[in-house]
Formats: sequence, structure tokens, C-alpha cells
Amino acid sequence: MRPKGEVKMNKVTIQGLAKIKEKTKAEMDLGEGRPYQARVIVHLGTCGISAGAEKILHAFEGLIKNRQGKGVHLSIAGCGGLCSREPMVTVELAGAPRATYVDVTAKDAKRIFEEHVLGKKAVTEKMLPPDDPFFKQQLFIVLRNRGLVDAEKIDEYIAQDGYSALAKVLTKMTPEEVIKTIKASGLRGRGGGGFPAGVKWETCRRAGEERGEERYVICNADEGDPGAFMDRSVIESDPHSVIEGMAIGAYAVGAKQGYVYIRKEYPLALEKLNIALALARAYGLLGQNIFGTPFSFDIEVHRGAGAFVCGESTALMASLEGRAGIPRAKYIHTVEYGLYNRPSCLNNVETWANVPPIINNGVEWFTRIGTGDVSTNPWGGSKGTKVFSLTGKVKNTGLIEVPMGIALREIIFNIGGGIEKGKKFKMVQTGGPSGGCLPESLLDLPVDFDSLTDAGSMMGSGGMIICDENTCLVDLAKYFISFLLEESCGKCVPCREGLRSMSAILDGITQGKGKKGDIKALQDLSKVMIQSSLCALGQSAPNPVLSSIKYFREEYERHIDDRKCPAGVCSALYEMSIDPKLCTGCMVCLRNCPANAISGAKQKPHVLDKKKCIKCNVCYTLCKFDAIKKE
Amino acid sequence: MAVDLTKVNEIIGKWEGRKDFLIEMLQDIQDEYYHLPREVLIEVSKVLEIPLNQIYEVATYYKAFSLTPKGRYTVSICQGTACHVQGADTVLSSFERKLGVKLGQTDKNLEFTLEAVRCLGCCGLAPVVTVNKDIYAKLEPSQVAKVVDKYKKMPHE
Repeated sequence: MRPKGEVKMNKVTIQGLAKIKEKTKAEMDLGEGRPYQARVIVHLGTCGISAGAEKILHAFEGLIKNRQGKGVHLSIAGCGGLCSREPMVTVELAGAPRATYVDVTAKDAKRIFEEHVLGKKAVTEKMLPPDDPFFKQQLFIVLRNRGLVDAEKIDEYIAQDGYSALAKVLTKMTPEEVIKTIKASGLRGRGGGGFPAGVKWETCRRAGEERGEERYVICNADEGDPGAFMDRSVIESDPHSVIEGMAIGAYAVGAKQGYVYIRKEYPLALEKLNIALALARAYGLLGQNIFGTPFSFDIEVHRGAGAFVCGESTALMASLEGRAGIPRAKYIHTVEYGLYNRPSCLNNVETWANVPPIINNGVEWFTRIGTGDVSTNPWGGSKGTKVFSLTGKVKNTGLIEVPMGIALREIIFNIGGGIEKGKKFKMVQTGGPSGGCLPESLLDLPVDFDSLTDAGSMMGSGGMIICDENTCLVDLAKYFISFLLEESCGKCVPCREGLRSMSAILDGITQGKGKKGDIKALQDLSKVMIQSSLCALGQSAPNPVLSSIKYFREEYERHIDDRKCPAGVCSALYEMSIDPKLCTGCMVCLRNCPANAISGAKQKPHVLDKKKCIKCNVCYTLCKFDAIKKE
Repeated sequence: MAVDLTKVNEIIGKWEGRKDFLIEMLQDIQDEYYHLPREVLIEVSKVLEIPLNQIYEVATYYKAFSLTPKGRYTVSICQGTACHVQGADTVLSSFERKLGVKLGQTDKNLEFTLEAVRCLGCCGLAPVVTVNKDIYAKLEPSQVAKVVDKYKKMPHE
């Protein structure tokens, strides 16, 4: 979207950039004789807001106003990372390490303000210990500005060396040198495929040069994988890192126009991105003759309208042209004939955000992180970090960034803090609907592109969903297949009909109508789909089914042979009852049962009428005494 | 029923009448009229010189669009994986019972539309439900009635 009401500011030169950095740093620096002595940062990502962070912000505003909080800088930043403990607040005092507060309420805000901000004494019960494993084991490249910049203030980004990489490539490097650097860094596409970015850029430049045609850079922010929110968080928290990355890419491939294709389900990210674009334009960091060089470049934003398949490159480009997002066969790659049949360089949000630090810190720095060797072969390893959204039945859910090669076990049990409510780990699902599940025996697998693919899953865009013993594998496979069935564009038969058949079989199994031979039928269908579907949606759709059969075959067999769901998820395969030994007769389930299926008197064990029960699980979630049984 | 077309031309103007912004225009039209009325699509077709069948292809392809009017409040149940494993289905069936409509339907007073939505990206707070722009995190089936009643009591604008 083009921003309304352009902000008027002077165009920035390279010297100007350095001055802004200096000035902003001086302003932000805390201490005696400085404008501020303390800073309170409220994390206002979508997760934080839905947990009530805006209330906390207002609380601090009030406190600063009413108590003459002079010298206290109230700042806003994006995602704090630890979603399960939102709202989060960071407190900075001169000469002291940053303190992160979690699960902050308005009451806590008052205490934090009085005791820590004014009284210089931390409120330890609410503070995340400085050595908490959640943050300790992470390595920030993409999320380098987490909690440091307000997405709406371009100067704060510049203060963190923002746009210096763009200045460097425009004045000191040729496009070919930029491509060479990205190629040597081994940066591979973070959207799932893992295609080396430098190779893509090189092909795009060559195709454009050969045909003398305009080319485009595109940012894929149509993060559709259920369970993944890395891109949303990066754009909400640090949109300039993506803009700068795209501008560098545009210079390298020779593009004048860039596009961001973003989901409409991310209104906050869209808003922050548009503000960031307007500010970058106002500083002349986008537009004609950037930094006074011949390089001109601008970015336009398009909102997706709710189609998962639009994350696929050819579908995305069709949608950018204003058409239905239906993929085409990729005999010819989009990097040669993409948007409007011109060379188009598509990378996802995280890939673009990796570019500026690589330019600034160099190939050697980047290749030191990660696995394998990319010096001769760009596919030879996985370099840098990967951002994951860690969710599901794990204690610490949130957005994490870890070096490639870290073991899954480290992520789940150290960073994630293990399984919540003392339950048992069952499996981890990576790569969303196109990925697969990995059981406990594979937890020492290093996380990189190739290891995960070899194990039958994939890196994907970075969704990592942890499941405990209460997750039913067949139900999860059914969920992914029905999701994809809904999202298949219907153009090619294997995907359209294959998914429909798979969905019917899985439905049958979960409803206790499974037949001998169902597992074989699922495997056969998968084979056809993998070999003959038109695009990656259909080709990778069977992954969740195949990997769950591979690692949890007995669970399918229990459903089919014994008509039982061991995890107690498939509602046709269990019945609910109340354990009279555990029931205290507290009346909570009785009062809340929507079907009036529970009867009994106060302090006497209740009874559940199985004929009336609709298995809504209200009682199961409410019972504090584990008296509701599913068998 | 005659549809007021002045807004349509404003929306087309906002997007400079560019054909590649068709999807953006339709989203704004959807927000304005709560659905895509046929008269409006005919107008878009005329102004942009795009055949009506192509506009219908786009209008019926993307999930964001509806050819029938939606309710004042759209209840969107997140169907992301994290929400699924945290029990989004039981939340959904609670809404279905409370509202008396099935997934994808609108009640007859045009008050509530019940929708499933692909991942909202608040996976750490699963299961998540949105009602228009309000986000409800970690929603349990037992809290559903309270949420619905809140909107029922709200005075109409």
C-alpha cells in the first residue's frame, strides 16, 4: 500500500547516517547528565498485546506522569520472545544489566516502577533470572534488534548500525561482489526450501542482463504455516531489517522495484511495515538515487487474501498481479520468468533480514556459525541461525533464534524448559503441514536443512510444535491433511483428489471405522502425490502422514484394530466418566456442563451420564482433581 | 436493494485504478459492505475493464471474500497447529452450540459469523479466538458463553 501523508524529512547522506547514529545513541545512553537515567521497555508484539501489554504501557505512562518520573524513558519494542510469559517489560538502568520482567500485571508495573526504576532494587520474584536458559542458549542475528528498537522509529534502527550495510554496498561494492559475498556466506532460503540465496540472486541478475529486462525483488511474508509466526514477529519488531535486506538484494540483482506480499491476518505487522516504508522514503533510503548514487529502488506492499498456496512462488506472483493465486508448473523458474514474466528474486522475511549483518560482519563471521562446509558447494551445509516459533505443550513457548546444528533436545528441554504439566514428551512436529514429526529417538538430531529432511521432516519456515502424550498422531495427521485439502487450489488431480481420499481414510480411522489396508492405501496415495503433484503443496502434503506412520505405526494400528485412541483425542473412540475416588463433589463440572450430563450433590462424587455426554471436554478442562477420565 | 456505489469508486481511486491491486480493492469492499455485492463487482469490472468472470474467479478463490453478507461480529477460531493441539476443536464446538450456527455460517440476525482461520500467529497463547479485532488468548470452552454474551449486550453503533 502506498502510504498516505508522506513525512517530510531531509534526504540522508552517508555522513548524515553516521550523525543520526551518534545523536540517537547519545540520546538513548542512560546516566548522569544524560536526558534519561532509566528506561522501561514494554513489549508490544501481537502476542504481548493479546496478553494485555497495552494496559501495562498505560500503567507506566500514568506512573511516569503522576510521580514525576523525570528521566525515565518509556519505550515500546516488539516481541519480547517468551510468549507464554507475556506481558513482558524490560528495565534498563545506567551501568546495570538489562532486567526482563515476565507475566507483568498493572500492579506489578507499580512495584517495578517504584522499587526498581526509582529505587534501583530489582523485583526479583517477577524477574526472569539473568541466566535463564530460555535466552542464554539463543544467538541473535535476525532478531538482533529484539527489544532494542521501536519499529516506528527509524533513528533507533540506524543507531544499531541500520542502513550501514546498504551504504556499504552502494558505495564500496559492485553488484557482483555483493552476490559473491552472499553466495560465499552459504545463506540458504529460510522459507523452507533452503535454496542458496546467492545462487538465486546470481541467476536473477544474469537472466535480467541477458534479456535486458527489468527485474524484481519480492519478500514472501505470506507466512501461512499453521504454528509459525517468525515473519510476523520480525516485521512487527524490526521492519527496517527486511527493507534494508531487500534494498541490498535489489542492488545486487539490478532491480528497481520490490514487493512485499503479506498476510492480511497480520494487521499489526502491516501497519508497522507501512510506517517503516514511509520513514525510509522520507530519509531517501528508498526512492530515487539512494545516498546520491545512481541506484533507485522502492517497495510496494500487497496484502494476501487468505490462501495458503500463495506462499508458493508462482502462486504468490500470480496473486501480486491481481489474479487468483494458482501455481503453475515450474519447468521455468520464477527467478528467470516470474512476476510479469520478468526475472524475479523471491526470498522470505527471515532470509532478507539476514542480509545486512552478513554484509556488515563478513562471510567468515557468518560461516563460523552452523554446520557443514559451504566454501565449494552452497548446498554443503547450513550456516547462520534459524528462528523458530516454539509452541505446543512446552513450558516456554515463544520465538527463538538458535545456531544451525543445535540438537532438538536442547531446544525442547533447555530453551523450552521441557513439557508442561509434567507430562511425557511424545514428538516434535517441524515444517508445518509440509513437514513431519520426529519421535524421542531422534531428539539428538542436529537442526539443519539436510538432517531434518533425511529424517522425513523438514526445516520448513520454522514452526516447531511440541506434542505430549495427550496428542494423537492420527488426529494430527488428519488435521494437516484436512487443512491442505481446504487449501489445495484444485488445479492438479493428484493433490486435489489425493488429499480428498487421504482425508476420507483418516476420518474413518479416527471415527473407529478404520479397515485393514488403510495404512497401505495412505502410503500408496502418498507416493503418487509426491511424484506427480504440480507444486510443493501437493508434493509435500503426505509428509505428516508418512512420518507419523513411520514412527508411530502402532498408534494407527490401535485405532484400526482395537478401535482405541490411546491419547484420548478421537472422540468416537473414548467415553468420559468420573472417577468416584478422585471426585470431591465440588460441583464445578456439574454447573458448567452444557449438556446437563453430570448429576450429584455437593461433596458427593458426581456421576456422568454417557448417553447425554457430548464430549465437549468442558469438565475435563475444568476439573482440578483429575477426576474426569477418558477411556 | 440498491447498493450505494460511491464508496466503490473511492476505493478504486485509493488504489489508483490499478488492476494488480484488484485483491486489495476487494478486501476494502468486503470491509465496507461486509461482503462482495454483485452490483459492486459489476461496477469494478466496468471501471477496471476486467471481465466479470475474472473478478468472480478472484472473489471466490480467496478465503477473505464472501458473496453473502456476514454478521456484525466475525468470530474466528484459529485452526493453527498449536491451537489444534491445545483443543481448538472443543472451543469451536462450544461456539457452535452457543451461537446456534455451524462453522462458516451466519446467524439469522446477522449478528455473528463463525469462521475458521488459518494460524493467527499467536501460537504461544493457544487456543486463540478473535472477535472482529479483539483477541482472546488461552480460551477455554467454559469461557465461550461469557465472550458471546459480551458482544450480544454491546449497543449497536
